[in-house]
Amino acid sequence: MSDLSTKIGRLTLQNPIMPASGTFSEDLAAVFDLDRIGAHVLKTITAETRSGNPTPRVCELPGGMLNAIGIPSKGIDYFREHALPFWARYSAPLVVSISAHSAAEFATLARAVSLPGVAAIEANISCPNIEADGKAFAMSPESTEAVMRALRGATDLPLWAKLTPNTGEPIEVAQAAEAAGADALVVANTVLGMAIDIESRRPRLGNVMGGMSGPAIKPIALRMTYQCARAVAIPVIGCGGIATLDDVLEFLIAGARAVQVGTETFRSPTVMLRLIEALDQWMAARGIGSLDQIIGTIAAEADEAARHWGAAS
Amino acid sequence: MFHDPLMPAAPRCAEVTAEVLSNSPVNGEYRLMELAAPPEVLECHPGQFFQLLCPTSGADQPYLRRPMSIYGYDAAAGRLQFLYKIAGAGTRGLATLRPGDGLNVLGPLGVGFSMPPEWRNLMLVARGVGLATLAPLAKLAQAEGRRLTAICSARRADLAMSTDLFRSYGAEVIVVTDADGSSSVESLRALIGGRIAAGQVDAFYTCGSSRLLRLLQELGAAHGIPGEIAMEQQMACGIGMCQACVRSFRVGDQIVQRRVCREGPVFPIAEAMA
Ligand SMILES: Cc1cc2nc3c(=O)[nH]c(=O)nc-3n(C[C@H](O)[C@H](O)[C@H](O)COP(=O)(O)OP(=O)(O)OC[C@H]3O[C@@H](n4cnc5c(N)ncnc54)[C@H](O)[C@@H]3O)c2cc1C
Ligand SMILES: Cc1cc2nc3c(=O)[nH]c(=O)nc-3n(C[C@H](O)[C@H](O)[C@H](O)COP(=O)(O)O)c2cc1C
Ligand code: FES
Repeated sequence: MSDLSTKIGRLTLQNPIMPASGTFSEDLAAVFDLDRIGAHVLKTITAETRSGNPTPRVCELPGGMLNAIGIPSKGIDYFREHALPFWARYSAPLVVSISAHSAAEFATLARAVSLPGVAAIEANISCPNIEADGKAFAMSPESTEAVMRALRGATDLPLWAKLTPNTGEPIEVAQAAEAAGADALVVANTVLGMAIDIESRRPRLGNVMGGMSGPAIKPIALRMTYQCARAVAIPVIGCGGIATLDDVLEFLIAGARAVQVGTETFRSPTVMLRLIEALDQWMAARGIGSLDQIIGTIAAEADEAARHWGAAS
Repeated sequence: MFHDPLMPAAPRCAEVTAEVLSNSPVNGEYRLMELAAPPEVLECHPGQFFQLLCPTSGADQPYLRRPMSIYGYDAAAGRLQFLYKIAGAGTRGLATLRPGDGLNVLGPLGVGFSMPPEWRNLMLVARGVGLATLAPLAKLAQAEGRRLTAICSARRADLAMSTDLFRSYGAEVIVVTDADGSSSVESLRALIGGRIAAGQVDAFYTCGSSRLLRLLQELGAAHGIPGEIAMEQQMACGIGMCQACVRSFRVGDQIVQRRVCREGPVFPIAEAMA
């Protein structure tokens, strides 16, 4: 047994494998013991109840899928009265993902979910900001900093900022989140995309556009993880297209302290368990005692080359 | 696994690799696949389904799993069956499987049919692959000593699925076809109406077709006959996590969203919306 534990700020996770928001729920308890994974990251909730987008809500692509689920939410009261008591039976840290349409609403919701039993708040700032014509907060450093400052003022819990790969300024956005008091970055959410049925000439998603996920986006998420890990001092959690042990290792080597597994859980609900076991065996076989011997160990040549691409700050 | 009145956890399911025993055409349109499956996936209930990880074949790269109703299961013999129609990339991949090949299956999933004791005379109405979904129900009805009438609808009589199977479970089988017009809504209304008048229908079971659904809703409301429908929706996870598979249901004067994979795929006929 190698030591798979990893620290995300003041939280220690027993291993670096956790689910991505929206691809995990209490229903997975029917498949395996949920206390074996590093943390429990819940589907994004909003303060109000919302019904989500029209169907079709998903469509399949080579190497991945598009989704426009929207954020159907049963609201904050349901979360307090039903979800929180359910998750209390587990010892894995509970990470609550929240979303809102303005910095002030975000802060109010963060305050409302800062409850015993909640280990961290993941701010899904990849969602539209109504104060910026629906542009996602995490598209620009300014709106990222504003919303993260409001959140910082509202809670003492560890705050994770979930970034979007759709920004052209990933480094500036990452630094803005750090400057505003984020404890960690989750890199990243889905890539905005679209698909059309050529026979009906209709968009394949009810919502027209949606978020791409799965192995096809891995290089994008890995690149952004690398950029962010070099640019900030706070921990980075990699996310996007992770399906195999090699994927996990690539993200760790690029600088992630932990990873989130999303869409692959739809293909194989037990994938997180397999990744934990495979990582353990891989480390044991190489005599690697702890994750620190892997995290951020990308070969030095990368640094020089990265400067040309603006990866360094 | 847990008994939380606030949030009941799903019944147990498992992801396993099953061995293909046979996989051959039943008629021009459908194939029957039989698998050797381990006991952890064989505590099934009629109306439940599996999510199949369909193999890639040539240009077809089905990425997500495909939902498939359980056509037959036998825990003692370690057998699991699916009846499917080739529709696209996923089912084309399924059709390439040969005896001895492995198939990764996840299940059993969802909530199946119920059969309250007061439902003595059952009427099953379905068409096409929908009959696959209802096959295990017929077996259960026989085991529970219920009287069963199966109305099997098809384009032509030779395409009517599973009629012998229904008969073997003691059902009275009525085949209705497009070819002779007997499958039309008017003909069915008369046929089913006659059975209701004779006191031969306590409950309906159906699946798929919105035409049949509307007819059974109308007859059910008029005569106070309950029933259940197995519904379909595009799925991603199949176990309740992603909320891709929601449909609208009418409950009292409210419209509510439910996940077909988790609250369903079986729902009260009266609440379903076509
Ligand atoms: C609960 C349930 C039980 C089912 N039982 C059976 C069965 O016993 N036998 C059978 O032949 N078919 C059944 N179906 C339909 C079957 O899942 C689809 O025919 C199959 O997914 C088509 O996949 P494909 O790749 O071959 O076709 P494609 O048309 O290429 O599929 C493209 C996409 O659409 C989705 N899709 C297409 N048709 C359907 C559909 N009717 N329902 C849900 N998703 C669909 C696929 O999952 C895929 O994501 C069932 C569906 C559900 C929801
Ligand atoms: C169906 C679906 C729903 C999702 N819902 C959310 C969500 O509510 N909040 C969020 O921050 N991310 C959500 N995501 C994004 C994932 O958390 C993850 O960032 C993304 O899918 C990339 O990882 P993957 O390729 O491993 O899936 C969702 C993704 C999918 C596929
Ligand atoms: S298919 Fe994911 S919730 Fe039903």
